Amino acid sequence: MTLALETIGLVKQFGGLTATNDVSLKVEAGARHALIGPNGAGKTTLINLLSGVLKPTSGRILLEGDDITGLPQHTRVHRGMVRTFQINQLFGDLTPLETVGLAVSERNGDGMDWWRMAGSKPSLLEEIASVLERFKLADVMNERTAILPYGKQRLLEIAVAIAAKPRVLLLDEPAAGVPEGERHEILASIAALPKDVTVLLIEHDMDIVFSFAEKISVLVNGGLFVEGLPGDVAKDPRVKAVYLGEEVHGQ
Amino acid sequence: MTSPLIRRATESMLSRARWHPLEIIFWAGAFAAIWLLPTRHLILTEIAWLALFALSLDFLVGYAGIISLGHAAFFGVGAYAAALLAKHELINEPVLALFAAGLVAMALGFVTSFLVLRGSDLTRIMVSLGVALILRELANQFGWLTGGADGLQGVTMQPILGTFRFDMFGHNGYAYCLVVLFVLFLVARQIANSPFGLSLVAIKNNPLRAAAIGIPVDRRLIVIYSIAAFYAGIAGGLLAQTTSFASLDVFSFDRSADLLLVLIIGGVGYLYGGLIGAILFKVMQDYLSVLTPQYWPFWIGALLVAMVLIGRDRITGWTTPFRKLAAKLDWRAARRDAAAAEDRR
Repeated sequence: MTLALETIGLVKQFGGLTATNDVSLKVEAGARHALIGPNGAGKTTLINLLSGVLKPTSGRILLEGDDITGLPQHTRVHRGMVRTFQINQLFGDLTPLETVGLAVSERNGDGMDWWRMAGSKPSLLEEIASVLERFKLADVMNERTAILPYGKQRLLEIAVAIAAKPRVLLLDEPAAGVPEGERHEILASIAALPKDVTVLLIEHDMDIVFSFAEKISVLVNGGLFVEGLPGDVAKDPRVKAVYLGEEVHGQ
Repeated sequence: MTSPLIRRATESMLSRARWHPLEIIFWAGAFAAIWLLPTRHLILTEIAWLALFALSLDFLVGYAGIISLGHAAFFGVGAYAAALLAKHELINEPVLALFAAGLVAMALGFVTSFLVLRGSDLTRIMVSLGVALILRELANQFGWLTGGADGLQGVTMQPILGTFRFDMFGHNGYAYCLVVLFVLFLVARQIANSPFGLSLVAIKNNPLRAAAIGIPVDRRLIVIYSIAAFYAGIAGGLLAQTTSFASLDVFSFDRSADLLLVLIIGGVGYLYGGLIGAILFKVMQDYLSVLTPQYWPFWIGALLVAMVLIGRDRITGWTTPFRKLAAKLDWRAARRDAAAAEDRR
């Protein structure tokens, strides 16, 4: 089985605090892999290390076998690994059309074009339109992102990442804060991702995790705690203790 | 296959770049002033280079989100470069010399861009301020080259393109500045509506996400900072060429601060802000300084306070109501809406 993403002994320290503690994670190509853990377990720190927002204190990150530990964020994106954010990180002044258009044109290597009007490449527009349609954003594509309803912004958050055509997608709590009624749109869009895209999902909502994941890793206090199939992880008494009994047993 | 959605998306993207009728009226008016306001050409010349200078700052503030309080550094270098080239007869033809002056400023912009990449708004303000101060002092120290505190004198300008002389009433000077402004504005407009321009707005809005969709943030900022320096250098070159003079004052802090004021008066992030701001600022300065020679900055201050109150949330947004009005005045809008409605059916 080929690995899409692998970390080897990844450590991140903030002063005296170890946020990521010797994490060696293997994500197989085409996997639906979920990363769970209680609050403060270091899930988002791990995503920040993988995407290049943070530099690890030690350890290595391999993307499709190549060492990407020292690469800047945008180069990792060009190499096929894209992330979403737990808290929306969008471009308030741009419309969804422009946002998705930008992601598609950057992926296409047109980002430095200054002599050409944005929107003058028909082939790109076809792709932009299909992303907007898939994520139910076509009807609001000309509204400023800043004034979109939260549910739409959440969809756009994922749509932007998809527009960059990732081979490895890191989803950081995609359904965070989305009201129950709009949740299914997000879940449907994630379920509809092509099979060859490797997905690493961070999620709090156990319904989502168990309906989606084929493999689960549990992160506790910055380190990998348990790893396995969803059924085994659900039955594991240690995981239950961490999730349900941490106050009772005091860690 | 072209679905209605693709057609609508194409239309929306391209409509950003289409000329608004008010824009055409604006430029027609500016060019008409060559013949209609012959007695006003000296102040119009000042407006033209100030407008170009403010336009260059709009690249930074309005598009890339970099606030600078030392933009006069590039203006000053352009001014001295143009004056020195003419004085020592290195490049006699003014248009070529102007271009060369712009390139010198651009080189300085490229080198100093690395200083403003990192850090917050406050750091950027301090660094840009510092660079302008250093340059002013260098110009002061190297008196053998720059004339020091007396300014660079004895500059004789050759005719533009070998034909049009700079006359003392500024007739040709205004036409020259206006043409340069117009050409560079067209380029700026092109940049703003391109994928590159769009990526700058994205960086200004959210650099973290910009990097996360594959935009090389630092590289883009270096490029736009260099372009802005080129524009500022050209503006400084125009001042030196139309007055046959350059002095330490081109680097002054007041100039950088006034420039930010000009841009904010006109509105940030839509290219016309600097142009409209330059007109309002110069006309007000001209009118108020006749009325109350000592106290005209008082009125500028009062205006600034009033603007912030109108804009409420932030100064840069105070022109929004006017821009909405301008959008309504677009007589082609009705037709476009009708077409969109038809598509949806």
